[in-house]
Amino acid sequence: MDPVMLARIQFAATTIFHFFFVPLSIGLVLLIAIMETMYVAKGKEIYKRMAKFWGKLFLINFAVGVVTGILQEFQFGMNWSDYSRFVGDVFGAPLAVEALFAFFMESTFIGLWIFGWDRLSKKVHLLSIWLVSIGTIASAFWILAANSFMQRPVGFEINNGRAEMNDFFALISNGQLWVEFPHTVLGAFATGAFLIAGVSAYKLMKRQDMEFFKKSFTVAIVIGLITSFATALYGHQQAQYLVKTQPMKMAAAESLWGKSGDPAPWTVYAHIDPKTGENTFEIKIPYLLSFLSYSEFSGEVKGMNELQAEYEQTYGPGDYIPPVRTTFWSFRIMVAAGSLMIVLGMYGTYLAWRKKLDRPNKWFYRIMLWAISLPFIANTSGWIMTEIGRQPWTVFGYMRTEDSISPSVTSGQILFSLIAFTAIYAVLAAVMVYLFVKVIKKGPYAENVNDDGQSADPYGKEGYHAIS
Amino acid sequence: MLSLNELWFILVAVLFIGFFFLEGFDFGVGMSTRFLAKNDMERRVLINSIGPFWDANEVWLLTAGGAMFAAFPNWYATLFSGYYTPLVVLLLALIGRGVAFEFRGKVENTRWKNTWDIAIFLGSLLPPFLLGVVFSGLLKGLPIDGDMEMKAGLFDMVNLYTLVGGITVVVLCLVHGLLFTSLRTTGSLRERARQLAHRLLIPLAALFVIFGAMTYFQTDVFEARALPLTLIAVAGLGAFLLAGWFIRKERDGWAFGMTGTLIALSIASVFIGLFPRVMISSISEAYSLTIHNAASGPYSLKIMTIVALTLLPFVLGYQIWSYFVFHKRINEKEHLEY
Repeated sequence: MDPVMLARIQFAATTIFHFFFVPLSIGLVLLIAIMETMYVAKGKEIYKRMAKFWGKLFLINFAVGVVTGILQEFQFGMNWSDYSRFVGDVFGAPLAVEALFAFFMESTFIGLWIFGWDRLSKKVHLLSIWLVSIGTIASAFWILAANSFMQRPVGFEINNGRAEMNDFFALISNGQLWVEFPHTVLGAFATGAFLIAGVSAYKLMKRQDMEFFKKSFTVAIVIGLITSFATALYGHQQAQYLVKTQPMKMAAAESLWGKSGDPAPWTVYAHIDPKTGENTFEIKIPYLLSFLSYSEFSGEVKGMNELQAEYEQTYGPGDYIPPVRTTFWSFRIMVAAGSLMIVLGMYGTYLAWRKKLDRPNKWFYRIMLWAISLPFIANTSGWIMTEIGRQPWTVFGYMRTEDSISPSVTSGQILFSLIAFTAIYAVLAAVMVYLFVKVIKKGPYAENVNDDGQSADPYGKEGYHAIS
Repeated sequence: MLSLNELWFILVAVLFIGFFFLEGFDFGVGMSTRFLAKNDMERRVLINSIGPFWDANEVWLLTAGGAMFAAFPNWYATLFSGYYTPLVVLLLALIGRGVAFEFRGKVENTRWKNTWDIAIFLGSLLPPFLLGVVFSGLLKGLPIDGDMEMKAGLFDMVNLYTLVGGITVVVLCLVHGLLFTSLRTTGSLRERARQLAHRLLIPLAALFVIFGAMTYFQTDVFEARALPLTLIAVAGLGAFLLAGWFIRKERDGWAFGMTGTLIALSIASVFIGLFPRVMISSISEAYSLTIHNAASGPYSLKIMTIVALTLLPFVLGYQIWSYFVFHKRINEKEHLEY
């Protein structure tokens, strides 16, 4: 099999899998930090128990995020050595800073948080979880700085056939980064919030530990609503930015072959035929694409055919149109999932605000349980759109994907690692879901522990079982 | 005056020394869960003794990788693609081990725990072995062509020399981990850890002598760096004798410090032996990767120097503080998190 294809499948598989856990960690740790802050500020035990219960889910998730992240850092060199040689001077720097600044902070303070309940003062313990949260956000910032360089290369010059950094501040003030980073991180907050809201809704439906889950639901749904809405706003910013910097990606996301006309309508549905380069059937909403692209109800958007001709002029002959169907549909799936989150967030916030959570809102709670999947769908499809939509480039305008792989690595080796990683990831996913369900079913009060987290009888046999 | 290329070479060395010093002991503790612990409770004490630390320790490896990528992209690219298959195994081992710590205590079931215990054992045994093989390979030289591509067959990577190197690193980490256990636990577990460490000193010394002799005859590193390497060998011998003496005197902290010193000296000597090369080509000396032809440009190195030198003191500060917070010995009578 073609090594480029295998390497791409491997990168997609490992990265998508890694990015199930990362946003959930970023989101959960923020909510846990907020809960623990309420505990320290108000002194009510229930907030401490909330931080501990949701902390359990967070830690299971965090472990998987960490170990799958090691692979992320290694696989650039392993599968994409020509890419690494070409961009290492620029791209390596944010990765190194991420490790130095973010990974050390996260990993040290998560250890202090897990093991420090009895050894640290309340305030230092609280500070620890906030530093973990800051670490996760900083990690997102630096890795997205690296990714933004691939989308919109800045702050470098080409010397001896490779990219060399000449302006670090251009790299971290990259316009792409400042639309991509808030969009991604806010989406991550929403991911954690919807998990807590969904699990709480399930427990409220079962009418278990009502007080605990009402409080958890309220905190989560409010943050879920705010962050989903803000994610959408930054998504709009990013779309406008893409029209200027990566118009081909946006044209593909719209399946817009020819000129859009002025004002430009937005295509809700299209039957796409990439071979002939046309849509055989479309449903359109007038004015909307103009609005998405320019925040006003007029203005024309360039189509793929025109851009293809422009790119051939600039970059030489080649096919510069990314896989249109994937880009088009991943964009729509992301938008649909995000919109649903906003609607559910509004209704949930309304219920919490009107103190109606005690009522048997069976249908809503059931939907909220399923809605846990929405941010994951949105996150994944968002990244698929971003990365597929950049094709055929790895570094837009400078390096093609087909030129990026490792010349010394054979298809057989990649296939072997692809199978091995996929297998171990499948096991991890299954175990994690199993443990999540187990912890959730047990509930926050299952353990025979008193308020300071110690077993009621630490010297007794029961005590060991209760805390193991 | 130190050039930035030299400084980054030293920084990468320092990161690997930090990694082997720190993760070395938690690898050792992880290995010892298989034979030192007599029951599940003792196994839990062992795992909890490294519980707050292992994750941050592993970040030293990630940071070393990141520093290589940023400062010496060609080194990173050649090494990681060249050692593709061993690194796949390394990653699988680290993945299994990392989740095992978190997962094993979550279900009260013997088979469940045994499964994750095997992951902890293999995940603690394979990485130091594989990294030992890789580092020995760096000293011996690898088939790197004029395009900086390393096209190594199995026996270029795995041969008698690199196997001895791998086993040496494993035993060194094990002794280091046993001494960490003697430092962090109480009672019979502590005694057994110390005794086993003591018994392993002679085999460890033998491994060092064999590896040293093979390095002398099979590589060129002594030719250029005879003096510093001899000094290191003498210092290593001193640390070794002191380690034995401190173990007999039951001065666990000092003994642990001595195996730590041995690790630092070992890794340092690898880097001194390589310098100014980062990867030695066995095809032609001209094809070797050096701190110059593998490096990033001066601007990138300058920026990274500022960032690293600003952040490293903080990192060291809070990491040392975390060791201080958890300095008390742990035993089975207290609350165990894992």
